[in-house]
Amino acid sequence: MRLEVDIASKTFRSAAGEQHDVINGVAFALDAGEVGVLVGPSGCGKSTMLRILGGLDHDFQGRVSRPVDARIGFVFQEPRLLPWRSVEENVRLAAPRADDKKLSSLFEILELEAHRNHFPGELSLGLARRVALARAFAVEPELLILDEPLASLDIALANRLRDQIAMLMDGRSVITLLVTHDVDDAVRLGDRLILLSPRPARLLADLPIRTPRSARGEAETAAIKSEIMRWINGHPPRQSAS
Amino acid sequence: MPRLLSFAMFFAIWWIAALFAGDAKLPPPPTVLGVMIAEARSGDLFFHLGATLARVTLAFTLAMALGAAIGYLMGRVRLADRLGDPWLILLLNLPALVVIVLAYIWAGLTEVAAIAAIAINKLPTAVVTLREGARALDAALDEMATVFALPRWSKFRHVVLPQLSPYIAAAARSGLSLVWKIVLVAELLGRPNGVGFEIGVAFQLFDIPLLLAYSLSFAAIVLLIETLLVQPFEARLTRWRPRAA
Repeated sequence: MRLEVDIASKTFRSAAGEQHDVINGVAFALDAGEVGVLVGPSGCGKSTMLRILGGLDHDFQGRVSRPVDARIGFVFQEPRLLPWRSVEENVRLAAPRADDKKLSSLFEILELEAHRNHFPGELSLGLARRVALARAFAVEPELLILDEPLASLDIALANRLRDQIAMLMDGRSVITLLVTHDVDDAVRLGDRLILLSPRPARLLADLPIRTPRSARGEAETAAIKSEIMRWINGHPPRQSAS
Repeated sequence: MPRLLSFAMFFAIWWIAALFAGDAKLPPPPTVLGVMIAEARSGDLFFHLGATLARVTLAFTLAMALGAAIGYLMGRVRLADRLGDPWLILLLNLPALVVIVLAYIWAGLTEVAAIAAIAINKLPTAVVTLREGARALDAALDEMATVFALPRWSKFRHVVLPQLSPYIAAAARSGLSLVWKIVLVAELLGRPNGVGFEIGVAFQLFDIPLLLAYSLSFAAIVLLIETLLVQPFEARLTRWRPRAA
């Protein structure tokens, strides 16, 4: 199983009728079990790309080939839970075939056991994010898409959640695509870094990381980070924030 | 408790007003209660209340079901909205009396004509409310349902319906009060039974206690339905909302 992406261009038409280029040539491929990380400055079209890959946007030039009827787990930037259903119901609705044992272990890893019967309105953002993660993993996805799952959380919480995501990804042969503008997250979670230019997004580099996630030491992490920074900063038009 | 107090106040004001106005114009509560009991003993009260209630139920259900479907369609499909809008405005502004009289002329003084006329009167308000609801549906949740491939029925029940429920409740409440009002007119004009018919009789005889006995029994039933059906239903639907302190 393999995901092949070749998006030649994607344009938006604004309310005023002007045409905006969002994506301008991005191609990459991911195999099952591989975690691809889209890294690029804010507003460069990463979320648009995820919407295309998730089958929510069909209006683009190019080709996306993914397994037909692949089960998709999608973690949106906002949790997008149903406020009128409990935490457990939210997960079960998306994954009607998930059995109790699997749900229990998911809830346990994500520390949601105590919140099963709470409504999303009673949860903090960090907890709601975890419910969205539980939902995405519960469907046993073949394609997992995570859109900035750690954004706007405090550092301690983001670290913990990052470890939890890594734990969930290990031992699953899923094609995973993660979007972040945090280089640190990218290096810790990814197997393949896909660096994008500022808008309209172009592919800057496609960097595989050979060492498995758990075996990456400080030195290697730092080396990869500096390579990313070199790529991003070497790109003339605009300097990247991260 | 405040509710009970409010009732007590109503009766007190009535009684005092009756003392000033005199028996002929406004009989005091005990007189009306006496008539009510007499009518209940003879079975007339329940017969007429039952007839009216049956008409209300049928017309209300019909109008809500049709109105919700049309309103949803108009809220989601632009073409349907464009096509339906002039009709909607026409129906909204058509006086209830016109619809009732026309229905009786065209379909005869029949039960079908009465119920259809009542339903047509309520239909446009249900459509308007549900159209607003359908327009306000959250696109983000819709995408979520698409990505996770929720089956059609599951999506309708768990994603769409909860978002529409406040609009359905609003349409039901305003619709119910509208139907109550119109059903009596329809009965007065062309039915041989029901509360409206009895009120017509009372009017011809200037029998004020009878008139009040029927209207108040009817009002009591409306109150009961509101407290026992509508409000608990609403409370259940909104239980997920964090309560205001």
